[in-house]
Amino acid sequence: MSKWEIVMGLEVHAELSTKTKIFCGCTTAFGGEPNTHVCPGCAGMPGTLPVFNREVLEYAVKLGLVLGCDISRVCRFDRKNYFYPDLPKAYQVSQLHAPICRGGGLEITTDSGSKFIRLHQIHMEEDAGKLLHERGFTKLDYNRGCTPLLEIVSEPDFATSDEVIAYLEKLREILMYLDICDCKMQEGSFRADVNLSVRKPGEALGTRTEMKNINSFKAITRAIEFESKRHIEVLESGGVLVQETRRWDDDCGESFAMRSKANATDYRYFPDPDLLPLTVDEAMLERVRASLPEVADEKRERYVSLGLSAKTAALITHTRERALFFDEVLALGANAKIAANMLQHMKEELPANDFAELVKAREAQTAQSQNLDEGTLLEVRKQIEKAVAENAEAVADYRAGKQKAFGFLMGQAVKAIGKSASPDVIKSTLAAVLAEMTKE
Amino acid sequence: MTALQLSAQLRAKSRSVVEAVTPALDAAQRNEWGAFLRFDAEYKTRVLERAASVQSRLDAGELSGSPLAGVPIVIKDNISVAGEECSACSRMLAGYKPVFSATVIERLEKAGLVIVGRANMDEFAVGTTGESSVHGGVTNPHNSAHVAGGSSSGSAVAVASGAVPLALGSDSGGSIRLPAAYCGAVAIKPSYGGVSRNGLFALASSMEQVGTIAANVDDALALLEIISGADNRDGTCVAQEPLAFADRKQDLKGVKLAVIAEVSDDIRDALKSAGAELAEIALPMREVLLPTYFIIACAEMASNFARYDGLKYGQRSPQAQALGEIYRLSRAEGFGRAVKTRLMFGTLITTSDYYDSYFRQALKVRGLIKREYDKLLSEYDAIVTPTAAAVAPKLGETPGGKVNECDIFTVFANLGGYPAVTLPCGVGEGGLPLGLQLVGGAFKDAQLGAIARVCEPIVRVTGGGA
Repeated sequence: MSKWEIVMGLEVHAELSTKTKIFCGCTTAFGGEPNTHVCPGCAGMPGTLPVFNREVLEYAVKLGLVLGCDISRVCRFDRKNYFYPDLPKAYQVSQLHAPICRGGGLEITTDSGSKFIRLHQIHMEEDAGKLLHERGFTKLDYNRGCTPLLEIVSEPDFATSDEVIAYLEKLREILMYLDICDCKMQEGSFRADVNLSVRKPGEALGTRTEMKNINSFKAITRAIEFESKRHIEVLESGGVLVQETRRWDDDCGESFAMRSKANATDYRYFPDPDLLPLTVDEAMLERVRASLPEVADEKRERYVSLGLSAKTAALITHTRERALFFDEVLALGANAKIAANMLQHMKEELPANDFAELVKAREAQTAQSQNLDEGTLLEVRKQIEKAVAENAEAVADYRAGKQKAFGFLMGQAVKAIGKSASPDVIKSTLAAVLAEMTKE
Repeated sequence: MTALQLSAQLRAKSRSVVEAVTPALDAAQRNEWGAFLRFDAEYKTRVLERAASVQSRLDAGELSGSPLAGVPIVIKDNISVAGEECSACSRMLAGYKPVFSATVIERLEKAGLVIVGRANMDEFAVGTTGESSVHGGVTNPHNSAHVAGGSSSGSAVAVASGAVPLALGSDSGGSIRLPAAYCGAVAIKPSYGGVSRNGLFALASSMEQVGTIAANVDDALALLEIISGADNRDGTCVAQEPLAFADRKQDLKGVKLAVIAEVSDDIRDALKSAGAELAEIALPMREVLLPTYFIIACAEMASNFARYDGLKYGQRSPQAQALGEIYRLSRAEGFGRAVKTRLMFGTLITTSDYYDSYFRQALKVRGLIKREYDKLLSEYDAIVTPTAAAVAPKLGETPGGKVNECDIFTVFANLGGYPAVTLPCGVGEGGLPLGLQLVGGAFKDAQLGAIARVCEPIVRVTGGGA
């Protein structure tokens, strides 16, 4: 019997880090006392109207440009109608008929090589509120209601959970480097629904199920493993799968049916008459394109061109903050390779300026040390270590940011070493010794 | 006396604001035709406080440049005034008090007008006769055996009966023009996007506008000027500046009017003798106007009204336990029959089974209608029609199916977003008023206003109407 093939597509919801909500001026801050980030508009009171936050469009265009999508010159909002208490208007404003981005995709790398994952579309929408179930009661919190989301819908291009994870990591990295989403899965600002089906190679697509409520990368792997096994077992025992939405319960390690297609809600999508069509003109595209920050891939490429190994470049770009710090240090004239090495060993945070000074000192030391014999260098280092050990108070002052303390330690070192080494060599060795102490 | 003259007297201190609002309070107390809602001692006190507050602003010289300062006005019951019950005359919203005021209310309060009452209306502005209010119907001040017309029935009656010089209504298919015509008042529905809808309970979002009702064109235009213009709380309010009506014409020389067959010879002669160039036209796409309007209005309404779910405000069925019951029973008990019919129709035609054959078709046809009328309105300065096909029908004599035909001449202005005005034009059968409608091109409100000013005295005396 031939093996089963898994076919998956992903729907990722990224909550945007705009200051205010998508259709009103309320804050998007996470948490807060229930119903304190709410106005008549996002509470859906009669007579209120949505007013579109243009920043959301800008964020969507940014992502679309980076992912190579076709940006719609005219896009529109639709209403997705359904009754549920977390939706105060009883419709969600979303985009079905004319989304902001279509097509595009991204290249992922797994142990089995690289693969291009195609995107179907990206659209803008508002989030719903939250229900809190408590002892037989349900409380409503509309703080999250109306916060902006981008829904990134892929084509069914995934075959393994490794590919899914690689895609999500890549997507998350891009969102974070664009600084448009904080991507905290636990807070729900980055969520993924998995559409999964199985088939024998060469056969048509099988019946798919959609899994929701997956809150971590680990849970995604487990959910895919469980659900694909379940599909195969049903099919191999001669059963029939139902097209349905399932809720992943990570504690039980199982998925549970929520609703089948047969009794699925008809969302009665239709164009929202309260929101005029949005246009994206060439000028806006140019402006957004010009404002695009360098994303991680581009940074890694640049670092490798500066002589760093691919591995080191990846370590530096692991977080956006670290990469931005590294760039700042480079901009201050520090040597990339030395800075990269020192950065990996840096234990406590330093201002970029101070760090750049240390890197430069190390560089100078490396250069000048080449002109002195090994014995002299060792002696210089020994004297400096002694001076440092004898002046713990000055060292503490230096570490607290007092530049004068460096001067004092320098004086002590010169006194001990005399003229056997130049002040430059003494200075750079002292800086190196202090830096090493710092990282311990 | 016009509202503008009344305000001039108040600003000149020859009368007080309390004196100016007293006739309105007396009329609200008598409430002979059912136009006023919830008027009691407490409300009266609130009105007198408002009058006193405007008086002190006048005394401080604050409102010297405000042409309608101190003038009493009534507000249709679907326009929010902060803290004041506003139920759209439905059981569904009984006791509901908005926490914010509509933009139009903020503007008229700033301009020193005095809100003296809430006007009765068809439930949720659904209706053409003014009979579907949960508070009981409104009757015609010219003959109380006849309807006032709807949905802005109370607003039109309050003005036409002389209780107040001004009223606000809303118009999604003819809802201010029809009752104004039936009762003998002037009403203006501005271009779509000319006035903010913020604070107006949404019915047919893509077609409705707040409009003004007055005894004469000048007053109606002055009020419209105050409430119109850009608003950052309504993205569809695209007007950059308030609508301005400074343009005046001496006569109708050079004015091109497209007239339909139903307009009488007397009216034609009068318009011609004032210098207008008349052309005979047939109302384009006449047979599809009402179905197209009805489909779009019901679809939008079904979605807009889904928020009335019994959870957060308004009616919640005391029998309801589970969530599904709260939705089902609250809505079943809260909405009246006419509203429910439209909600069910609007829901049906947006389901995936019917979307393509009804809703999508209606959107397409609306595009075609707009193209036809845009073309016509680029060739003519206004289209002239009767506002309604006949005088106000008798109470209870307009069964559901036929009612819609009352709107046959009014809905194209909503489908295309055009400004439209109705002028009293004599009396018809049984001595009941008739109205003449003028419709102009989108955002040519000023030009339409100028034409209406010239037409007003001509058609008023000509009579014989449609």
